[in-house]
Amino acid sequence: MHPVSHQEEHQGTRRDFIYYATAGAGAVVTGAAVWPLVNQMNPSADVQAQASKRVDVSSVAAGTQLTVLWQGKPVFIRARTQEEIDAARAVELNALPDQNAENANLAADADASDENRALSEDGVWLVQMGVCTHLGCVPLGESGDFGGWYCPCHGSHYDTAGRIRKGPAPRNLDIPVAAFIDETTIQLG
Amino acid sequence: MFRKLTLSAAIALGLSSGAALASGGTSHVEDFAFSFEGPFGSYDQMQLQRGLKIYTEVCSACHGLEHVRIGTLADEGGPHYGIDEVWDYAGQFEVWDPELADGEGDFRAATPADKFPGSSLSNAPDLSLMAKARAGFHGPYGLGINQIVKGMGGPEYIASLLSGYEEAPECAPEGFDGNYNTVFTAGGYPNECKDEHGNHLYPGSWIAMAQPLYGEDTEFDDGHSNDLHHEAQDVAAFLMWAAEPKLNARKEAGLTGVIFLIVLSVLLYMTNKRLWAPHKGKKRDEE
Amino acid sequence: MSGIPHDHYEPKTGAEKWLHSRLPVIGLLYDTLMIPTPKNLNWMWIWGIVLAFTLGLQIATGVVLVMHYTPHVDMAFASIEHIMRDVNGGHMIRYFHMNGASLFFVAVYAHIFRGLYYGSYKAPREVTWIIGMLMYLIMMGTAFMGYVLPWGQMSFHGTAVITGLFGAIPFIGESIQTWLLGASAVGQPALNRFFSLHYLLPFVLAGLTLVHIWAFHSTGNNNPTGVEVRRGSKEEAQKDTLPFWPYFVIKDLFALAVILVVFVAIVGFMPNYLGHPDNYIPANPLATPAHIVPEWYFLPFYAILRAFTADVWAVQFASFITAGIVDAKFFGVLAMFGAIAVMALAPWLDTSKVRSGRYRPMFKWWFALLVVDFFVLMWVGAQATTFPYDWISLIAATYWFSYFLVILPLLGVIEKPLAQPATIEEDFNAHYGNPAE
Repeated sequence: MHPVSHQEEHQGTRRDFIYYATAGAGAVVTGAAVWPLVNQMNPSADVQAQASKRVDVSSVAAGTQLTVLWQGKPVFIRARTQEEIDAARAVELNALPDQNAENANLAADADASDENRALSEDGVWLVQMGVCTHLGCVPLGESGDFGGWYCPCHGSHYDTAGRIRKGPAPRNLDIPVAAFIDETTIQLG
Repeated sequence: MFRKLTLSAAIALGLSSGAALASGGTSHVEDFAFSFEGPFGSYDQMQLQRGLKIYTEVCSACHGLEHVRIGTLADEGGPHYGIDEVWDYAGQFEVWDPELADGEGDFRAATPADKFPGSSLSNAPDLSLMAKARAGFHGPYGLGINQIVKGMGGPEYIASLLSGYEEAPECAPEGFDGNYNTVFTAGGYPNECKDEHGNHLYPGSWIAMAQPLYGEDTEFDDGHSNDLHHEAQDVAAFLMWAAEPKLNARKEAGLTGVIFLIVLSVLLYMTNKRLWAPHKGKKRDEE
Repeated sequence: MSGIPHDHYEPKTGAEKWLHSRLPVIGLLYDTLMIPTPKNLNWMWIWGIVLAFTLGLQIATGVVLVMHYTPHVDMAFASIEHIMRDVNGGHMIRYFHMNGASLFFVAVYAHIFRGLYYGSYKAPREVTWIIGMLMYLIMMGTAFMGYVLPWGQMSFHGTAVITGLFGAIPFIGESIQTWLLGASAVGQPALNRFFSLHYLLPFVLAGLTLVHIWAFHSTGNNNPTGVEVRRGSKEEAQKDTLPFWPYFVIKDLFALAVILVVFVAIVGFMPNYLGHPDNYIPANPLATPAHIVPEWYFLPFYAILRAFTADVWAVQFASFITAGIVDAKFFGVLAMFGAIAVMALAPWLDTSKVRSGRYRPMFKWWFALLVVDFFVLMWVGAQATTFPYDWISLIAATYWFSYFLVILPLLGVIEKPLAQPATIEEDFNAHYGNPAE
């Protein structure tokens, strides 16, 4: 900078301020204009509207399973028998490879006890994503070494609470956000 | 003749006044005052709820809203119902779901994720976009300024049309197809009601749709007046929302944009002035 | 590159020298951005930036809309409604794109009439002018095809009418029309190919924009006096010019911001005002809207198309000497394209030695009349073809041709121009005062 008088210096600061303010305002306007072009790629309102689905489970008898498609993925809704519940509750927590409930309805650190896996207090209803946590195949019901689910792709065995017991899968089957809104209707999402 | 009339009613309803001029008809579209007019106008939630009630109880018997997702009834800036009310409302419609019955498809109760059913009568046009498809008031001298000056558009037309049914003039022959409406210009018009130059002696024309609203067709929970004039206005407002659900959001975005850009313009003006100042001398008076 | 002497980019650091010897891209940008620009440019010289911005806006919003649009006759209309109702911010993006077309044409007409008044088309800038006219044609094609995509009533029947123009060409017209549509009528093949071309052509425009800029950077900008920048030495040139950055960039951005205030107000408060309501009715091949009107920016040329009916003696004469090959319909088509062709030929039709209209006392009035004529054509293009509109459009269309074919050549001979300033500096100081004083 050349040596300048006080007055010129003062003017210089004011000029700089206006230049910076203009550049700043220009950046804000440009940013505000660009953001919608990015945001439009996020799920649209009609896709989000599929986020909650109500399922009538009045026809699901004990020992059977209803598979519904929700947001493009299968969801297993099973009414468990007392034997299945007892088998699941008999398991020691430290025998499990994944000791987290993986339940979106509970706190992230909830343990994998059967009570934390089941949707209803009596333990009958078990609602979980039908997507193997290994590589995303759909496990088969009432099969595998633990009487729960078995993934035919790479041989992961889940127990009657949908917890991983044996095989390459890293986690228990995920439990989605779900709740009973009346006696026979479960809302997913 | 009836076929032709319904065709024109169903499809070519939305004519500009230019077309009205061409057909020799005249009509008077009343300038209703809607809450959503002007740059700051927004929808009146209670009015939209009343309009939905009229739509459900009267219009939906023949017409549909195939582009409108039922769940949007819960959207802010719209009727803004609670989500449980919308689930209940949706349940009255049946939709075809190809995923049901192991991929064979079956009917089930509609959910908020489904759209309103389409029209059930082949000659009843879908109403999803009616309020925007009827916005064409290119009034005086074809300059198209009515929309700016008076804020007139589709909702005014719909409300006027719904309250524009009148006793057919005596010149009309017995059993002339359609229903006489003073606002509708695209329908049939009996030769008996024209003068020797072919000019229409009465405004409007004959529309296929029978008069849908007579006043006191429904009761409103909020105790609002249910005379014909108010009902017509409420259902027109609802149809405007159905056609342009993002109107409130759009105007807010527009206002924000305008304010931002004015600030930016002022700053750029000052920057420009300062930038050029050293290159300009003292401005002389114009010679 | 430019004939105007100015400083060029000199790489200083090692890295800059390394890059410069391999790809002189910084030098190219520097020379483009720092190009000496006549310092007396007025506010009519801002439209170029507005056009460049609008092209960018249309490409950005267009690419985004394509992510949600379906070019199928059964789904196109619903996919637009999907954008308007469900896509995040989709209604704003679509309204910006829709009204962006109008902004584009406002700017291009202002830009063209600026060129016509200040003689920007004259030697040595004919190539810039011709490229500009080519871009204008491509713009019209792109806008037309974009209007087809929502597949509303106006889209459908407008396509039928416009492709019908090609059908008017004698002997081969019908084959051309069928080739354009891929069928004997408007339908899926037409929609799909128009979608493809509507995506392609803006990038062609972007390329031609660079050529357009290259051309006028080679000759130097015109300016309101029409007097050329002095090129004897760098010092002399610097008295007439200032570098494009920052002086003109900031000035143009200011103008752009003001224009965008109006534009955003239209998008926010009355986005459908400039469109036709019938396009919110899904296309129906069985029913034609009673009143087919093109978008406002086509109206002047649409009026010229309709002006020449079989009653006009010129049409009858043309029909007579060509043994009926040129009928009224074909004559109208020729007139419409001719109206743009005569504009493109302006550099050779204008015989005046004086470039700027500012120093042409008679020209000024005829030019003002041409501007009025343009708006009259625009207005009459939206009216019915009955009396008195048919006469108004015929007179207005005749004036359009007379201006280019008769008035421009004659004026150069009979007009006595006013004295022009010797230099740009003189003109600038006369307006703004001499900074040295």
